[in-house]
Amino acid sequence: MEQTPQLPDQHTPPRPQHDDPGHEIVNREGQIVLPGYKSVDPGHESAEPLKSKPEQPKHQAPGTKHQKVQALILTGFGINCEEEFAAAYRLVGAEATIVHLNQVLHSHVSIHDFDILNFPGGFSFGDDLGSGVVLANKLRYRRNAEGRTLLDDIKEFVAGGKHVLGICNGFQVLVKLGLLPDLSGTVTPEVTLTHNASGRYEDRWVKLTVNPRATTPFLKGLTTLEVPVRHGEGRLIIQDEATRAAIEARGLNCLTYADFDGAPTNVYPFNPNGADLNCAGLTDTTGRVFGLMPHPEAFLSLYNHPDWARRKRATPGLIEEGDGVWLFRNIVEHVQSQRPAPVAHPAAHQFSS
Amino acid sequence: MESPQRTIQLLLKPGQHDGEGQRVAEAAHRHLGLHTGRVQSTALYTVRYPLTDQQLRDFATHCLQDPVLHEVALDEFRHGAHYQSYILVAKLPGVTDDEGISAQNALGDFLNEPLDTHTQHIFSKRLYFLEEALPESSLRQLAQELLGNKLINRFEVGPIAQIRDYTPRPGGGAESVTETVGLVGLSDEELLKLSKDNLYALNLEEMRAVRDHYTSIREERQAAGLPQDPTDCELEIIAQTWSEHCKHKEFSALIKYRDADTGEEFEVDSLFKTYIKDATAEVDRQLRANGNDWLIKVFSDNAGAVRINPESLFVWKVETHNSPSAIDPYGGAITGILGNNRDPLATGIGGARLLFNTNVLCFGNPEFSGTLLSNQLHPRRIFEGVRKGIEDGGNKSGVPTVNGSIVFDDRYAGKPLVYCGTGAVMPMQLAGLDSWEKNIDPQDRIIMAGGRVGKDGIHGATFSSIELDETSPATAVQIGSPITQKLAMDFLLLATRRGLIKCSTDNGAGGLSSSIGELATISGGAVVDLERVPLKYPGLRPWEIFVSESQERFSLAVEPAKLDELLALGREMEVELTDIGYFTADGYLDVRFAGEPVAHLDMHFLHDGVPRKVLEAEWSKPMAQEPALAPATDYTDVLTRLLGSLNICSRESVIRQYDHEVKGRTIIKPLMGATGQAPQDAAVVRFNFESWEGVAVSNGILPRFGDLDAYHMSAGAFDEAVRQIVAVGGKLPNLRYGDGNFWSVNDNFCVPDSVYDAVGNPDGKQKLAKLVRMCQALRDATAAYCIPLTSGKDSMKNDFKADGVKISVPPTVLYSMTAKLEDVRRTITSDFKQADDVVYLLGETYDELGGSEFYQLFGELGANVPQVRFEQAKALYVLVGEANDQNLIQSCHDLSDGGLAVALAEATFGYGFGAEVELPEELPVHVQLFSESHSRFVVTVAPEDVVAFEQHFGARATRLGRVTQDGQLTMRYGGQPVISASTAALRHEWTNGPVNRIIGFGHPETAH
Repeated sequence: MEQTPQLPDQHTPPRPQHDDPGHEIVNREGQIVLPGYKSVDPGHESAEPLKSKPEQPKHQAPGTKHQKVQALILTGFGINCEEEFAAAYRLVGAEATIVHLNQVLHSHVSIHDFDILNFPGGFSFGDDLGSGVVLANKLRYRRNAEGRTLLDDIKEFVAGGKHVLGICNGFQVLVKLGLLPDLSGTVTPEVTLTHNASGRYEDRWVKLTVNPRATTPFLKGLTTLEVPVRHGEGRLIIQDEATRAAIEARGLNCLTYADFDGAPTNVYPFNPNGADLNCAGLTDTTGRVFGLMPHPEAFLSLYNHPDWARRKRATPGLIEEGDGVWLFRNIVEHVQSQRPAPVAHPAAHQFSS
Repeated sequence: MESPQRTIQLLLKPGQHDGEGQRVAEAAHRHLGLHTGRVQSTALYTVRYPLTDQQLRDFATHCLQDPVLHEVALDEFRHGAHYQSYILVAKLPGVTDDEGISAQNALGDFLNEPLDTHTQHIFSKRLYFLEEALPESSLRQLAQELLGNKLINRFEVGPIAQIRDYTPRPGGGAESVTETVGLVGLSDEELLKLSKDNLYALNLEEMRAVRDHYTSIREERQAAGLPQDPTDCELEIIAQTWSEHCKHKEFSALIKYRDADTGEEFEVDSLFKTYIKDATAEVDRQLRANGNDWLIKVFSDNAGAVRINPESLFVWKVETHNSPSAIDPYGGAITGILGNNRDPLATGIGGARLLFNTNVLCFGNPEFSGTLLSNQLHPRRIFEGVRKGIEDGGNKSGVPTVNGSIVFDDRYAGKPLVYCGTGAVMPMQLAGLDSWEKNIDPQDRIIMAGGRVGKDGIHGATFSSIELDETSPATAVQIGSPITQKLAMDFLLLATRRGLIKCSTDNGAGGLSSSIGELATISGGAVVDLERVPLKYPGLRPWEIFVSESQERFSLAVEPAKLDELLALGREMEVELTDIGYFTADGYLDVRFAGEPVAHLDMHFLHDGVPRKVLEAEWSKPMAQEPALAPATDYTDVLTRLLGSLNICSRESVIRQYDHEVKGRTIIKPLMGATGQAPQDAAVVRFNFESWEGVAVSNGILPRFGDLDAYHMSAGAFDEAVRQIVAVGGKLPNLRYGDGNFWSVNDNFCVPDSVYDAVGNPDGKQKLAKLVRMCQALRDATAAYCIPLTSGKDSMKNDFKADGVKISVPPTVLYSMTAKLEDVRRTITSDFKQADDVVYLLGETYDELGGSEFYQLFGELGANVPQVRFEQAKALYVLVGEANDQNLIQSCHDLSDGGLAVALAEATFGYGFGAEVELPEELPVHVQLFSESHSRFVVTVAPEDVVAFEQHFGARATRLGRVTQDGQLTMRYGGQPVISASTAALRHEWTNGPVNRIIGFGHPETAH
């Protein structure tokens, strides 16, 4: 066909150009207050050079209340949930930066310029040698030009009061590194995540109950969550009774698989993988490192849920936000709440870390 | 110097449950009748890299061992007490070993040394121990049938006291030599023998054309210092370029068609041009006349493209990967899905963002209990392997699988059909250029990106052009690596957005020969230096390098000024890029190795020199009659049996192993409802997180109707796909000026060999006539609905021959459709929503039980094949679209396999509702319940909307009854109940049908 269409299509009126980043804005009730208009994802759509530090405001102390919370989302090597992860943070008003792992390993980007370090789901290195193992090894052993490993930096990051979130493969990485649950404080593996008891990949929706003893800010105010799982190696194995007792005593098993009534259960398929303690998510002893096998970032919209149409019919006016957003809103608000109030005095700026 | 070989074995600690071992024991008993006793499974890694003992131990314990799960054994084979025999499963040389490569990556990180990760130093294997001392023959049977495939694996078996290890040593001693193939002066018989022996798959006329060409250019070649006869590489390039897979000669043939019933005769000047390309051109003319110019790219490049909105394009491609899946189901399927992903990725400039995958699979009966032919795999094994390949290929690439179908028919037992589809989104502009256009100038560099080249897949393109028989070569099997491709995908996405790549194409069938051969037609020529191509291992001849189909590769055209920046990005993202030559405008494909000429081919001859085929088709309508069934059947029992039948029962066990949620944009998944068990008609995916625009995805495939009438089968399949999209809220295109409502269809024909031969294919003319009629229906359907075809594929040799027996697939066409949805929040799902909603049937039921699942239950075929009445169907679909605009429809389920009764039952599966319906009395009850007439829906309407609904649809809607709270499906006729069943019981039958039983649904072992 020789005809070349004349572009752009003159018959399609241009979309309104709101003065906003272009993404959808939702209020706390989950209603959309400003619809998005871009059709091409902003995730990777950047012509910025790959090797660059994100711009920091030059005349403002980093980390004040007025600056957006900064989420760093690692990608590369088979990770595949970074886009929806970034969408989740943007939905709740944070700034999300997707960065290839090698940019961090090669010191082009520093995790210390961010508030929340995120390990998305996927199949890092194909999940060979066991899910998350190859990536965990890289973080533990690969040294940069200064002789430091990324694990060194992550320990410093957490010790400095910042937060780490791992979902699915990201959770597996944190467990294989020993950052979760890190009962001993030595960052050595104390539990593991391995093949589902069913022996197969499981893609289904589950109900989670939040452990009332959990102290992580990620789960503040939540009692239950409905989220999808999709994994082949999500079964938590705790190697001995003493470890199990310690995890329970401190409420580190912050999320459990539940049946229709919300009671923790080991019955398949409500517990899709057969995890010890019916555990779907763990925190470390500080509550600042949090990981879970289900995917809250895949439930940002009511319409992701398999039963959305009947629910909408039964409850007109049902909020259009998905359960998964709460987790991200919680941590962003928590980080905001930790920020010092802005001060005008220049001297104070000089002494801020 | 040869490195010493060390082994690392990982065993589960006592007390850890060995799920894999248990499954092997159970499968051996269930499928092979072998009693293994307990099975212990262990992982084995062989390290061929210089390491001290301490380094080896530290690497094993820190990087490979999971301290919670594993014990480590070094340089020994450890096992529990009481085990008496073993099976070792290793990979043959050159077969993709992702686990080994990952272990190697881990070793490099551990040592902080730059290991050459492209040379394999670590090899992964599985070592199984069996409690029973089985004889070697049984161990080998178990290994070949359940643990691997003898085409890609090496097995060692025997008693526990004599364990033999095997570690592949890829590569051979072949020299990098190019030979000439004597051609000039050969007789016809010799030409044919040469074609068969060297697997060129060219017929006599084609071989003559090549011989005559080389005779005619004798002087030119002498002047250029080339031999008069073609080189081996030249012949391989011609064979690959002229293969049916790449050239579609039969779809472009001149066909002389004769209708034996009516005497009508006519010629078809290319099926493709007449029924597909011209049909779409006419649709496009009508679209543009009505202000709809969203059709951007069709039937060229890797995939078709339509415009979503002023900023974005939607790219959609469906392909088949049948022949390799018959030999190695897992490898064939994973390669199929990875190959299909590469097509949208490399459309136009390249770098489309993958949005979703689909798959439609056709298999023989997995419960087959007869005797298999030589080299024929059991249909169950093909089914399980293909399913696993699609799981690994799609899930690990981060692309959700949102739509599909599984069709069973005994005639797919020899050659399964594996259709894989991928939809993607691309910005209209990439770095200022039109993204859908490929432009290349002379002196642009040829860059190969992604994986390295090995011997796997040599002759894949020509292999697809021949029938499978006992001697089909194993080298046609390729094993894809999803992780390697994911890295290349991520790289391509960034590189294209930075304007570093002028254009790209994928390396699939035919490898570099095909990809560079195609790109060179844009600039007018190319020079390739094969010695620069990175290899997985040494020992490939130049022609092998050029035609190898090693996967996960892209060929890029790059401006010289941008090469440095591109290479830097590749290093940063650990994607290997290699400069292997440059494009020219001199009219030749010039392939060299270390400065020596390997191939020098005239581009015009290469791409346009293939002789045209002339084929004969003869149609006669099959003899068929309607059966006389016994009256007063128990229809509740019939419905129960239908729900549990092979082609209707639940596929949940398969579906749950595909990821539908990654990317977070799936709105309608294969199974919905509170139970997660309500089947849906079409998938719906949101394009992004900034708008509610989305796309509906459906498929239509009805091979059994083709036994009665190929035209009506094809028309029905097209209508099936259209109505599924209408059911979820899609609207037909071109209804209003400039509505921008795109539709995009891939047509994929898979037929048996349709070239007449008195001895080998005596019914070839009938088969070809069916294909012609299928294409005629396609033309009529596109015209009726004003829906364009954007891409397609034909697969023409779907036969399996062995032991003197030939199994041909039924002529099959798959229509894969996508359509734009303005707002995914307004889509409609198929399951009932609320008690007391009113149930309606939309569309007309006819006495069309021919080919139905109902007749199949009684071993009948019938005669009255369902027909599509296009005008009536279109009018109804427009009404449905308007009704959705007014929110009049609460649920909508199209009618297909099993008819009204099955559709009603399925609509109850989402929550536990029932339905109470009264059938009208015009047609016999069994016709109303089970006829599979097309273009119909079961819909529900809120009571307050009934008046508006009935006013809107008039006679097109038949009120049936209402949704009930009681979980009972009651269907009455003439006041008498003809179906009365608990919907929970019906769902139970459906869920526990043969598919879920075979795959194994929900039998987790108890972890200790």
